[in-house]
Amino acid sequence: MATFELNGKEVTVNVPDDTPLLWVLRDELRMTGTKFGCGVAQCGACTVMLNGMTRRSCVTPVSMVDGSFVTTIESIDGPEAEAVQAAWEKLDVPQCGWCQSGQVMSATALLREIPKPTDEDIDNAMAGNICRCATYVRIRKAIHDAADTLEG
Amino acid sequence: MTRMNRRGFLASSAGLVIGMTLPIAARAQSGAALAFQGDGTEGAFAPNSFVRVAPDDTVTVMIKHIEFGQGPYTGLSTLVAEEMDADWSQMRAEAAPADPVYKNLAFGMQGTGGSTAMANSYMQMRKAGAAARAMLVAAAAEEWGVPASEISVSKGVISHRDKSSGFGALAEKAAQQTPPEDPAVKSADQFVLIGQDLPKLDTEAKSNGTAIFSMDVYRDGMLTVVVAHPPKFGATVASFDATAALEVPGVEAVHQVSQGVAVYASSTYAAVKGRHALKVEWDESGAETRSSEAIYQAFSEAAAEGGQDAEVIGEGTAGIDGAAQVIEAEFRFPYLAHAPMEPLDGVLEYAEDRAEVWMGSQFPALDLPAVATTLGFDPANVRVNVMLAGGSFGRRAQDTAHFANELAEVAKAAGPGTYKLVWTREDDLHGGYYRPLTVHRMRAGLAGDGTLTGWEDVVANQSIMSGGPMAQMMQDGMDPTSYEGSTKMPYDIAHARTGWAQMESPVPVLWWRSVGHTHTGYATEVFLDMVLEAQGKDPVQGRLDLLKSDKSRDRGVLRKVAEMAGWDGTKVKGEKAYGVALHESFETYVAQIAEVSEVDGMPKVHRVWCAVDCGVAVNPNVIRAQMEGGIGFGLGTVLFDEITLGEGGAVQQSNFDTYRMLRINEMPEVMVEIIPSDADPTGVGEPGVPPIGPAVANAWRALTGEPVTTLPFAKKYGA
Repeated sequence: MATFELNGKEVTVNVPDDTPLLWVLRDELRMTGTKFGCGVAQCGACTVMLNGMTRRSCVTPVSMVDGSFVTTIESIDGPEAEAVQAAWEKLDVPQCGWCQSGQVMSATALLREIPKPTDEDIDNAMAGNICRCATYVRIRKAIHDAADTLEG
Repeated sequence: MTRMNRRGFLASSAGLVIGMTLPIAARAQSGAALAFQGDGTEGAFAPNSFVRVAPDDTVTVMIKHIEFGQGPYTGLSTLVAEEMDADWSQMRAEAAPADPVYKNLAFGMQGTGGSTAMANSYMQMRKAGAAARAMLVAAAAEEWGVPASEISVSKGVISHRDKSSGFGALAEKAAQQTPPEDPAVKSADQFVLIGQDLPKLDTEAKSNGTAIFSMDVYRDGMLTVVVAHPPKFGATVASFDATAALEVPGVEAVHQVSQGVAVYASSTYAAVKGRHALKVEWDESGAETRSSEAIYQAFSEAAAEGGQDAEVIGEGTAGIDGAAQVIEAEFRFPYLAHAPMEPLDGVLEYAEDRAEVWMGSQFPALDLPAVATTLGFDPANVRVNVMLAGGSFGRRAQDTAHFANELAEVAKAAGPGTYKLVWTREDDLHGGYYRPLTVHRMRAGLAGDGTLTGWEDVVANQSIMSGGPMAQMMQDGMDPTSYEGSTKMPYDIAHARTGWAQMESPVPVLWWRSVGHTHTGYATEVFLDMVLEAQGKDPVQGRLDLLKSDKSRDRGVLRKVAEMAGWDGTKVKGEKAYGVALHESFETYVAQIAEVSEVDGMPKVHRVWCAVDCGVAVNPNVIRAQMEGGIGFGLGTVLFDEITLGEGGAVQQSNFDTYRMLRINEMPEVMVEIIPSDADPTGVGEPGVPPIGPAVANAWRALTGEPVTTLPFAKKYGA
């Protein structure tokens, strides 16, 4: 059993304590934007915001989020998220799309921390998110584009 | 996603539905079509349904090819929109379900592969759009009482002098018009949308989490299932004890299926935990117990014996036998997993008399009958919804329909109900269906004056087609997907031979993005580079000199990429070295130059220049994306990836910690140029992959003096 705030609404789930947040989001709450890719925090497809910080939900037991704030791709907002998603569309970043929820979460977190990231900042922030289609060229461009938008 | 059956499209009165016909000759664009006759529609004019015009002016194109990132939603919709003179903003794409009307004209059955989506759809989708336009114009002519010849259409607006209308208002009347039998299509100089960087139709949903893939399908009462598969290829279940598994909260049942032991649970996590608690004894009497090293040894010995003739040019090996100098090298390519980000999964709703499936089905024409056969249903009572898939790279193109079979067996073992079968990443990497482990034995002969007099390439690997339904495409026991790219080389060598030694193993193998070209492109272009060096020739000019006189498209991409990279014959500049490779696959021509330095003992690729000739560039934005992605996909593979069998035959890699994917900090800058062409378009999903490995290896050899003939690089140079 765990109670937490998900995308601005309080939810209570009755599942074993060790159930990963990823499967709570998907199987219990039917929030399918957060994806399964590896189950061992190697790929970043399951990235969510936990109390404002990126977190791999596949290795986060639900007991750990009790009393916390969780934000998923379905409701991420604010100027950074809007700029990121607009840049993703402008540059047609996604190919298969499976990893992109996680990429958008990580990119948004990066811009909240570093509004004008260098290539090295991008490497550091995004290297945990695998894209098997290797859309990395466009992910990099889109993050720079979003930073430019935020700068105004 | 709206679900309608085929009859529903045709009977729809809410808008215009285009049924169209194609002459039989248009279907058989390749010999591959011959293998799949017998679905009852051959020899007839097949009515197709590709276009729907809704009252709200939206035009929905039913896309007969699965979308997993390579762009058919956008590309095929562009063809329809072009001929309809629609506005891009009114276009929508929807996955076509499994149905023979949606067959791939290059295959003769519904399926995606071989980079054929654009090539086989190019005229079919344009004619579907042209028919829609003609019927809308006829409706306007009737409505307004004016000659159809005086009506014009532009950006989704139909007009005649002071009258104008959108498509939607005329849709119902248009549906009553007689479809033209063979509508005229535009000439290239009339194109408005083809050739433009149109935004992709699936980008928004894939950027905000709303795109629905098969793993995202949840149905009431659904159980999630994982299967304990054998730890070695060819092993089977001897016995199992489900006691502990059934004690895991949420686990509801355990059943044996022919693929292993299935655990059914109320959630994914419970199913995985239940499987962990399961005790299975395996019968390994028929299993592959050799290690990769032992398999390499056996394949190497077979290659040395020369194999069967796959291609003989001139007098075959005669140009080597009497040569003044013979250059030799053996290349080794490991098994590779496709590792799509969304592993295999699917949902099956199993009722007493019918079934409905949701899966990223790449060969619906094979997956649907597999489900029907396993469940004992008439195929007419099985529906397959083709879902967006989180990548494939060949993994979902299953000639044996093994996943659909497993899904159906899981359902059958448990009885009517709804089941989601999920392969975890460990299942994916342990699960086989790999790019075949391959050995190439290369030899070249040089005359005393350095002239290349002979070439031999002997390939030893397992056949992908053999033993499955595709085996009927093999001729004289030869599987061209084992050595394609080693044969039909563009170079003018008087005497050459390609041999093939077919090897056997219980390890299942499958096509992997660019199939035979994954290894033939590397072996031929790295070995050629070594030969050119022995001849004292420049890698670019040497290739240009060696190309056959009619290979203008190969020559075109090679010249272009040399110009883009500012190639001046200097292979090493300071700490950076440059390597080139040229390879045609699936009738698309690609040349790449890689800029490489050494960092921590491994190649670091800084920049890649890429020139591609794929005929008419329907959407340059998608073409560039596929070249960028193909380069990253191929680069990660040659640097890091191998699936190995250890002593005893068990797979040694389990997840992305041991099967390394390229990451953003390892991705080079990529510059792409597309050669202008009016040739019919060819595919771009695969052809970007083959040249990057040899381009990097050729740069690395220039930098270090060391040829890399065993992949991946990390095997020798990794930490």
